[in-house]
Amino acid sequence: MTFAIVNPKPAEKIGLKRFAVFTALMTFVLVWMGGLVTSKGVGLSVPDWPNSYGYNMFFFPVSKWMGGIFYEHTHRLAASTVGFLTLVLAHWLFGYKSRPALRWGGGLFILTGTGLMPKFPTYGIESISVGVLALFVSFFWPKCAPAPKWLRVLGIVALIAVIAQGVLGGLRVTLLAAALGIFHATLAQLFFLLVSAIALFQMDFWRRLPVHTEADRHHLRLFFLLPTCLIFAQLAVGATMRHQHAGLSIPDFPAAYGQWWPDTSPAAVQRYNENRMEAVSYNPITAFQIDLQMAHRLMALVIFVAVGVCAGRAGHFLGFRHPLTRLACLWLGLILTQVFLGAATIWTGKSADVATAHVACGALCLVTGGLSSIVSFRMLGSPVAQGVAEKKELTSLLPSSSITGGL
Amino acid sequence: MKKLALSLIVIALTGSWQIASAGDVTGKVTLKGTPPPEKPIAFTDTCSPLNPKVTTTRHYVVGKDNGLANVFIYISKGLEGKKFPPKTEPVEINQEGCNYHPYVLGVMVGQPVRIKNSDPVMHNIHALPRVEGNQEFNFAEPSQGDVNDTKWVSSIKSPEVMVKLKCDVHPWMFAYVGVQDNPFFAVTDQDGNYKISGLPAGTYTLTAYHLKAHGSTPGVSQQITVADAPVTANFTVEVPAPQ
Repeated sequence: MTFAIVNPKPAEKIGLKRFAVFTALMTFVLVWMGGLVTSKGVGLSVPDWPNSYGYNMFFFPVSKWMGGIFYEHTHRLAASTVGFLTLVLAHWLFGYKSRPALRWGGGLFILTGTGLMPKFPTYGIESISVGVLALFVSFFWPKCAPAPKWLRVLGIVALIAVIAQGVLGGLRVTLLAAALGIFHATLAQLFFLLVSAIALFQMDFWRRLPVHTEADRHHLRLFFLLPTCLIFAQLAVGATMRHQHAGLSIPDFPAAYGQWWPDTSPAAVQRYNENRMEAVSYNPITAFQIDLQMAHRLMALVIFVAVGVCAGRAGHFLGFRHPLTRLACLWLGLILTQVFLGAATIWTGKSADVATAHVACGALCLVTGGLSSIVSFRMLGSPVAQGVAEKKELTSLLPSSSITGGL
Repeated sequence: MKKLALSLIVIALTGSWQIASAGDVTGKVTLKGTPPPEKPIAFTDTCSPLNPKVTTTRHYVVGKDNGLANVFIYISKGLEGKKFPPKTEPVEINQEGCNYHPYVLGVMVGQPVRIKNSDPVMHNIHALPRVEGNQEFNFAEPSQGDVNDTKWVSSIKSPEVMVKLKCDVHPWMFAYVGVQDNPFFAVTDQDGNYKISGLPAGTYTLTAYHLKAHGSTPGVSQQITVADAPVTANFTVEVPAPQ
């Protein structure tokens, strides 16, 4: 799991570490901005893609960034920035090996751009500019050693994911397919986790972690992993709720329409809709949406208990100074914040800022859980493997006669 | 001779009046109960100057004698199998003052619909039909004076009550269009009055649908019989009981 550095360049190592962390932070900002777009209900305020109102995205005049366009367009620009950062990160993980790729890639872009020039001059110029930049950069590209293969693969996966994410977002606009918005929102969370994990693997904290020094006799790794999976499922449910574009399907909390479990009969749903006096164009709510929000609430409770148990067990078995216990406590704090933000989303009538903070905190909960799980799997060894190792160690200490005698 | 001419004029006038009035359905929609207060619209900086007065939502627009505006009145039964050529006069949906005008309107399938931007700000027009055969669309009208008269006709091809239109740039902007495959529909005016003309003789189910009061239900209906005389059909729409 350590770098095999051929020609160590500390400055470059520090540079890569900082760059990876910066990419992860920018991804978090992007998730926040994406959440704001959906919270404000302005995802389709720019009806074309990849252009914006017929302009090349990067040359869309600032004077036209009005109303919902501001949120949607800045989200697109931030997404492009994160895409570019991910491209650089993936290259950086390849170290000096990226130089030929940059040169060949640059040449390819210049050729493509030249071909596009007669019919699509704007795209042609863009392509040639990227090509020239790649060629130029290739001469100054860091000469650091490549990262291990598995980490380079992660970089490539991140690059594919960010491209897929961009295309998914674009298709959601051009195909007017609301369901694609759910996948777009869910993949964003996974991408954030992936980029954060890549950043973690660059950290000194990660390198200093003792590897499998303790056996996971109390299944703590599962206590980190399972709630993380639950959080991911919860985020997918949340994305589904948000992309129904129906506002709050249940307007009160902790009760639901004044009851512990709301009436979802057609007559009741009809009554709920009739009594809404919304100022924006929400879709009518349905029984499914009410059930979905109830499932979201129940799942939140399960996650809260699961993370609480995880933190409790980590503290009990590893001690409160152990890094895993500290991570679990941080995680629990985030979950508590998330529960509060969820309640506040309802109490404020789904205020866009609060709802977006809820989305962003959800992303942090997933990343904290995911990274803690990775750390737990690095620090805690499998109890079976550990048992076998200990047995071997003991066996080697025993005189051979006693072994034979034992048999 | 003079008397004969006068008689002929009287007969002609009476006849023409009968042709115009037979098949007319008129009436009033009245709201029963007190609707919840409308919500003020928080305009953005670009739209505020276009709306110096406080503007509210238009869920319940109530006029004289509790007449309820923006109710879509249409024939829900009795015209099955009959075909009518689409109206040729265009209907206009105007985006002015960062709002749609009118808020509720009716059109025939195939009737030209002009969607116009009268504002010096950018709008997008996003239609959200739910009936199969009608296609969702979203396009931009970035400049003042932009007009589109093809998108609606090429996308909305089936009757639907109602198709929602919205602007995603300004989320408070939305309007509704009732689409019919016959010309016998109306939208109530400020005082809740309506008039449908030229309905052939027969028995029909006339339905009144109000977006807020009726939601996902078909609305309120009554049977009418059109013969030689004009028909009056009034409706009462009740404010839903609080939940």
